[in-house]
Amino acid sequence: MEKIAVAENLRAYYFIKSGDKTTSIRAVDNVSLHFFENEVYGIAGESGCGKSTLLKVLFGEIKPPLKLVDGEVVFKLDGEEYRINSMSLDQLKKIRWKYVSYVPQGSMSVLNPVRKIRRIFLDVIEEHTSMSREEAFSRIESYFEALGLPVRVLDSYPHQLSGGMRQRVTIALATVLNPKVIFADEPTTALDVVVQRGVIQLLKKIHKEQKNTLVIVTHDMGVHAHLATRIGVMYAGRLIEEAETHEIFKNPLHPYTRFLINSLPRFGDRSRKEGTPGSPPSLANLPSGCPFHPRCPIADQICMEMEPDLIEVARNHKVACWKVGVER
Amino acid sequence: MRVSVRNLTKIFRVGSIFSLKKLVAIDNVSFEIGSGEIFSLAGESGCGKTTTAKILLGLEEPTNGEVLYDGIKLKDFVENEMHFLKKVQTVQQNPFSTFNPFRKVEDYLFKTVLRFKMANTKDEALRLIEEKLSVVGLNFDEIKGRYPSEFSGGQLQRISIARALLTNPSFLVADEPVSMIDASLRISIVNLFRDLKERFGISILYITHDLSTAYYVADKLAIMFRGSIVEMGRAQDILDTPFHPYTKLLKSSIPVPDPEYEWDENINLSSTEREEFFAKGCKFASRCPEVMSICRESVPPDFDVNGRVVKCWLYK
Amino acid sequence: MKRILRLFFDMWEDLRFKYAVTVLTALVLLSILSIFSPYDPYKWYVLPTNQPPSLEHILGTDGKGQDIFWLLTFSLKNSLILATIAAVFSRIIAITIGMLSGYLGGTTDRILMALTDTFMVMPVFPLLLLLSSLIKNYLSLPILGLIIGVFGWAGDARVIRSMILSLREREFVVTSKFSGMRTFEVVFGDFVPYLIPVISGGFIGSMMGAIGFEIVLAILGFTRVEIPTLGSMFHWMINFQAMLLGYWWWVLTPIVTAVFLFTALYTLSLSINEYLDPRTRMQRIGAVK
Repeated sequence: MEKIAVAENLRAYYFIKSGDKTTSIRAVDNVSLHFFENEVYGIAGESGCGKSTLLKVLFGEIKPPLKLVDGEVVFKLDGEEYRINSMSLDQLKKIRWKYVSYVPQGSMSVLNPVRKIRRIFLDVIEEHTSMSREEAFSRIESYFEALGLPVRVLDSYPHQLSGGMRQRVTIALATVLNPKVIFADEPTTALDVVVQRGVIQLLKKIHKEQKNTLVIVTHDMGVHAHLATRIGVMYAGRLIEEAETHEIFKNPLHPYTRFLINSLPRFGDRSRKEGTPGSPPSLANLPSGCPFHPRCPIADQICMEMEPDLIEVARNHKVACWKVGVER
Repeated sequence: MRVSVRNLTKIFRVGSIFSLKKLVAIDNVSFEIGSGEIFSLAGESGCGKTTTAKILLGLEEPTNGEVLYDGIKLKDFVENEMHFLKKVQTVQQNPFSTFNPFRKVEDYLFKTVLRFKMANTKDEALRLIEEKLSVVGLNFDEIKGRYPSEFSGGQLQRISIARALLTNPSFLVADEPVSMIDASLRISIVNLFRDLKERFGISILYITHDLSTAYYVADKLAIMFRGSIVEMGRAQDILDTPFHPYTKLLKSSIPVPDPEYEWDENINLSSTEREEFFAKGCKFASRCPEVMSICRESVPPDFDVNGRVVKCWLYK
Repeated sequence: MKRILRLFFDMWEDLRFKYAVTVLTALVLLSILSIFSPYDPYKWYVLPTNQPPSLEHILGTDGKGQDIFWLLTFSLKNSLILATIAAVFSRIIAITIGMLSGYLGGTTDRILMALTDTFMVMPVFPLLLLLSSLIKNYLSLPILGLIIGVFGWAGDARVIRSMILSLREREFVVTSKFSGMRTFEVVFGDFVPYLIPVISGGFIGSMMGAIGFEIVLAILGFTRVEIPTLGSMFHWMINFQAMLLGYWWWVLTPIVTAVFLFTALYTLSLSINEYLDPRTRMQRIGAVK
């Protein structure tokens, strides 16, 4: 499979000034990963682990107090290389919506409240293509039909729609120009369970038909189980495990991933489950060595002193842990 | 504490001056919570579960019906406010807005102890606070002198539960206590509720939209849809074999954390919630895969099926 | 006490705060200096008129034979007292009405808001002119301060009411209630921190408004211009045509003083508001640890 985006040694920190003190919040700490064409990559992890920031860096949305301290993101689109971090805003705008799209968290509030949906779509299409108005309208309508969204929604204002419908409209907006890469930040959070299912099904449908790359950030492993082909687990700003979805669920290697998978309640099982002990570390004040060691049941001297690298321990299965293979 | 809800109805007036409509948020709802029992009220947003919670907490007035606490009417119970608040406590949904960002969290703990006269001296108060904090897996040093913004959602929710426990309540209303917490962190908070019931015999109304945690923790379960209870009975029974089509839909929509599991068909979503609220017959008729003509005509009554209550014409 | 000091030094980091506090302290010190004045501001023609600044009279003398520097100390004192009276009075009314209206709602709210709206639409300046001309003889400074204050509370009363209306519905109010807190504990502990920016901003704005009104009224001769205030300095300076006659020391004194006073108050308001804004306060609470 062809690689469509490569990120190497990304370090992105938030610098917060208070008086004469500057605290650095290490939201993305030496993350390297790549995405293939036609795959769904899920980024999993708790709130505050840096996954939303990682997405922003990949999309090129780096604004103060966030700063890219190290690393580079390169996209390969239509045979050309795009170095996201060295592109100007104008250059970025040219590839956004058309090649690379971003569905932010709480995206339901991203729609302009004083414009009708049809108009919002028209704005995006006119900005990035040279279609005539009639062409644009027919494109919008046929897209809605293809996605199973009611066409009458186009003549409504955002506030007239339910939260779930707004979310789906936002996703449709981000994908109407068939971008090659779509970044979605917590697309199903804060939605009711049935509506969540509708959104997941919509994303699946879009991916199947457009054969693009979908990168989904969410803490909900159930969503990853349904959508992702590969999963990367983040903890304290670092990628600590990466494998195909089946592998992650059947054979999680990192102690944190194991807690993650085993703590989810399932039907048919009322036996007592245990969550991960302790709390996630503050990104401004990370522990030495492996960031998980204070909470890890099998932590050792080496874990406290040295940070483990992300290494491939099985086919397409990478883990960042000194004790992999010790406890099964 | 036993809590009886009988024929509870709450009607809101919505709309502008020119078109005032009545929104029946809660429609003739009845249920019983036994002593030391976890009763789960489940449903999606807009079904009326939060309004029910507010009424039980004395924060809203019902339009009709009554609520009895150990046989005493809510109206009368609430008159002695301090006594009511001592016995009935709450844990709210959003841990980040539960505490005023300008107050230290320990202020809430100390105030609760002092105002309800749970201790006489500061040392006694501190001991009581340490005791309840340890129930939720925290200690006083961890929270001393700190403001809400310095904690994670999970920690705040634990502190919120500890605060509610300080008055030794008999009844706890937990309104979606884990909805705003990461899925992977929910289990430890949900375990707390299980502990509260088993160790202290507190009756708990556990409101949620996530049926998998309801399965894990609840004794009894009631599924609410647009203001009515559509299925009610033993939690495990309902979720192992759901009867009402809406319950089936809810259960099947949960993204199971198992990549082998697949949904068999795509579902339809309503584009506005209002349409369903004002429908004539059964409110679920427009989406129901097993809908019959009678469903669109008249609202189904409650049918008793082997000890379970189901509001559906299929079970006539 | 330590907290207040720490607060002060924290705000001192802001350049605007440095400027505001420095200038205001200087002006207040000047006002206090009036106690030591060798001249009585109510006695005219005690000195040679229109003398330019010299070692004996550092700001010179004016057309009524008074030392401008010492006159300035009295004028500043009176203007500041006037401004403070107006500000305190209008804040008390605004806070009381805003809070009662927002928290109690219902009929109380409707009555109080009707009253507020009435005051809000009143044309302040013409009314001030009218009142001043009617009761000029009784128009001592405190009375003038109260009158100006009476016209300055309506806008903020509405703002405070809106804030209370929204704060009332917050989840932490439920928590306070279930923690056994009484109404006043909720109001002071939960609401007031959010209201401080509005109140302090309003206070300073009210002071500025009062000083401004007094100057205008005095220039037009509607106040008792024999009482030394910033406005009356302007009045006499214009009246005696100091500009035409080239007595620059007499012209510049009130102008420069007024400019410093207004800019200091304004920058103070800006820096306090930014410091007290709940959002920046949040950042500071987290970042300090």
